[in-house]
This record gives sequence, structure tokens and C-alpha cells, in this order.
Amino acid sequence: MSLPRLLAGTRPGAPLPRAEHLNVHGPCPRGDAELLERVGAAGLRGRGGASFPTAVKLRSVAERPGRRFVLVNGAEGEPMSAKDRVLMRLAPHLVLDGALLAAEAIGASRVVVAVRDEATAALGAMRGAVAERSLGRRVALRPVPSVYLAGEESALIRHLNGGPVKPLVVPPLPFELGLRRRPTLVLNPETLAHLALIARHGPDWFRELGTPEHTGSALVTVSGAVCLPGVQEIASGTPLGSVLARAGEPSEPLRAVLVGGFHGTWIAAEEIPSVALDDHGLTAFGATLAAGVIVALGESACPAQELAQTMSWLAAHSAGQCGPCANGLPALAETVTAIAGGHAPPDALGRLDRWSAQIVQRGACHLPDGAVRFLATGRRVFAAELDEHARHGPCFACRRPTTLATGPAAWRAAA
Amino acid sequence: MSRHLRVDPIACSGHGLCAELFPEWIELDDWGYPIIDRGPIPNELLEHARRAADACPKLALVVSAQRPRR
Repeated sequence: MSLPRLLAGTRPGAPLPRAEHLNVHGPCPRGDAELLERVGAAGLRGRGGASFPTAVKLRSVAERPGRRFVLVNGAEGEPMSAKDRVLMRLAPHLVLDGALLAAEAIGASRVVVAVRDEATAALGAMRGAVAERSLGRRVALRPVPSVYLAGEESALIRHLNGGPVKPLVVPPLPFELGLRRRPTLVLNPETLAHLALIARHGPDWFRELGTPEHTGSALVTVSGAVCLPGVQEIASGTPLGSVLARAGEPSEPLRAVLVGGFHGTWIAAEEIPSVALDDHGLTAFGATLAAGVIVALGESACPAQELAQTMSWLAAHSAGQCGPCANGLPALAETVTAIAGGHAPPDALGRLDRWSAQIVQRGACHLPDGAVRFLATGRRVFAAELDEHARHGPCFACRRPTTLATGPAAWRAAA
Repeated sequence: MSRHLRVDPIACSGHGLCAELFPEWIELDDWGYPIIDRGPIPNELLEHARRAADACPKLALVVSAQRPRR
């Protein structure tokens, strides 16, 4: 079976009803101990960003005593990602299959599905699927605030347990202490959908696509300067250029591509031919495919503004709990903004170096690390533009709306 | 068994006492929050590490057998 796998049989805009879902994918097997073996042999890794081996996660929760939970993390806080809400909207039964199989395999009694509250179509589709299968007693649907940190798993769990949407110091990790202080398996909707297909078709089938290290297919969200922005299912390891071509080709000459979203990595346009979209192919750039966010930046955009506005957005979305992040991100954002405006102090670049080095790995979560990576790789790719702005002030493109959405974008509303 | 200093970044409010008491291992960033060496603390310095941990007004600093994860 070739692509699409997860999105097989789906139609734009409407969820696949149960009967059609079963026609396309076949009956759902039972989740047993053998499923853990199959997921391990398939080499499935989490598609929420961290690429953690799913079988290891399943086993770590299965080994804990007592009551446990499955938490489907569909918070999708990354502003440039839409793949999870699209998947839940179009193939809700596949996500449910995966969640129920995982729950059965690890002996969990309840499944909680957390969905970004702005993603009303995805919420409706999941609600419909739960009702269609009369799963109301086993599966609880929880809309969660549409904020950046809602997808950070400790913040999500803290919120679902009645607290604020703010990260906690880990360990303890969710497999030790999660929902209602019980061991909790936290997986991304896409990861669970892959799991549901591995349960049906086996690890060898799964490995027919992808690379030995990064197996199977993956959902990516392509946006920015392409003619057909949206969610695609690709084989892991697909060249970045092919993905841009499938998104209708760039709509203008490209300056760069951002892989991985607001905590991702900038890659210059001339480097695109050498980039393959799996963690292995991205290592040379210090990038990972993470949650599959790809943003094409056209030459008509101003990179200095993209960096300045996104850094300001990230500073505003810090939980403000950890000193280095709460102080460091605003300091970095102000300095980049000053550079973009042409009124930076002479040692501005030195300050960025110093503060970036100071805050990395010093938060409870990875938000400061991601912001530093975004800025550092942006400075590598856009060194000339930053220098130009520092010397001569704003350019003509500075006043255009930025490509990186720091508010809701029209094409995402369609999802 | 090796010993490490760990800080709870959420609990820490940047009093900076730890850096005064154990400058060999702890320096402060530009906002007064501690940057801590993650390596194992030599035995002859363990007493200083414990004193720094005990002095923390937020109880954010601990001497632990576990190497900090990050």
C-alpha cells in the first residue's frame, strides 16, 4: 500500500464515517502484548516533536502498577502546524482506534483526548466518532486552550488536572505521574493513527515507506510562499524539494525554509536540494522533522521582521515561571527588534550570543531552547539582511505582514 | 557515588545566595539566576555544595545522586 496511508479514503472537509473507515482500513484487531512488539519492530517514533520511540513509552506505562490513562495530545500549540487537527477532522476513527488499541495493550481503563479549542471541526469530528461507537464512558474529549504551551505535555497534564497551562519540572514524567497523578501514556494523534495501522498491517508493511531510522509515513504542514499550502502525507526521508513541489511549487523565489516551526531551524533556499525530511537527513542542519512544520519564506518577505516578531511572540508565550526564560526571551526579542529597526546598540550581536548561551537548557521545558535554535539558525541564514538592517534601518518589506503567523491565518481556519 | 547540584528552575527566584556560597560551581546569569556546573562535585567541595543548597530561601537547590537530565 502506498501513500496516503493515514489519509486514505478521506475527503476534504468531512470525517470518514465508521463504515467507510472499516472498508478502507479493515477491522481493528485487539490490542495485546504482541502489539508492543509490533510497534517496536516497526520503529514507530512519536510525531509530536520529540521523535521518542513509541514502544519504549508504551512499555514504560504498561510496567507501572495500578490504574493508568491514555492521553491523546491533540493540543497542537505550534502556530504553523495543522496536521493533527486535519487528521482528527478527516480520520477520527483511525485516531480513536490507535488510542483504544494502546489503552488495551497497556491496560489503561480510560482515554482522554485533548483537542485545541479553536479546532472546532476536529473537535466535532472526534465527538461524532466517539458517539458513533458509543464510547462515551471510556473516552473523554477535552477542549484545551489554544496556546503555545498547551501541547507541552507537563503543561497539558497540569491543566487537565485542574491547574494552569504551565509546564512542571520533570521528572517525574507522565509515565510515572500523569492524569490524576496516575501513570499516563501521552501520544500525539498522528502517532496513534500510525499505531492503528501497524496493528492491522504489521511492522514490515510500515517499513515499506521511509528510511531505516525514520520509518513509515509522516504528516507535514506546508505553508508560506507555496501555491497550495496545507497538510500532506509523505514518506519519511522525502526530499524537501519534492514536498515543496507537491505543495504546488513556490509562489515566488524562496529565500529560506523553516523546518520544525517556531522552535525549528532555518535552512537557506540554496540548501534545499540537499535536505531530506527525516531526522537523519536534517542532522547536518541541527534540525529534526519534529512535528512536520515546513514554512517557505519568499524573497518578498523581510527575514529581520520574521525573526523579530516571532521572538517577541515567543517571549510573550513563555509561561514566565523560570528566570532565564522570563528574562532572557524578552531581552533577546528586544535586541532583535532593535536590529531590525536599525537602532541597535553596537554590541547587539554580542548580546544575542551571550544571552542565547545563558538561557539554553535552563528552563523547566524546552521553550527557551527552541527559541534559541530558531534565532541562531535564523542569524546564520539571514546574516546579510540583519547586518543591512542594523546599518540602514527598516527595508521596504518590513511593513508587509509576516509569513510566520503570530495570529490565526486564513488557510488554517479552513482546517 | 557521584553527587550533583540541581536547581528547580520554577522554584528558583534568583536570590543568588548559592553563587556567593559556592562560586567554584555556580555563577549567575545577567538576571541573577544561577548557572550550575552539571558535573560531579569533588568530595572536598561537597561541604560547600550542601551549604549552598541549605541556604536557598526557596529550597530550589538540591545535592542529588542523580545527574541533571539537561
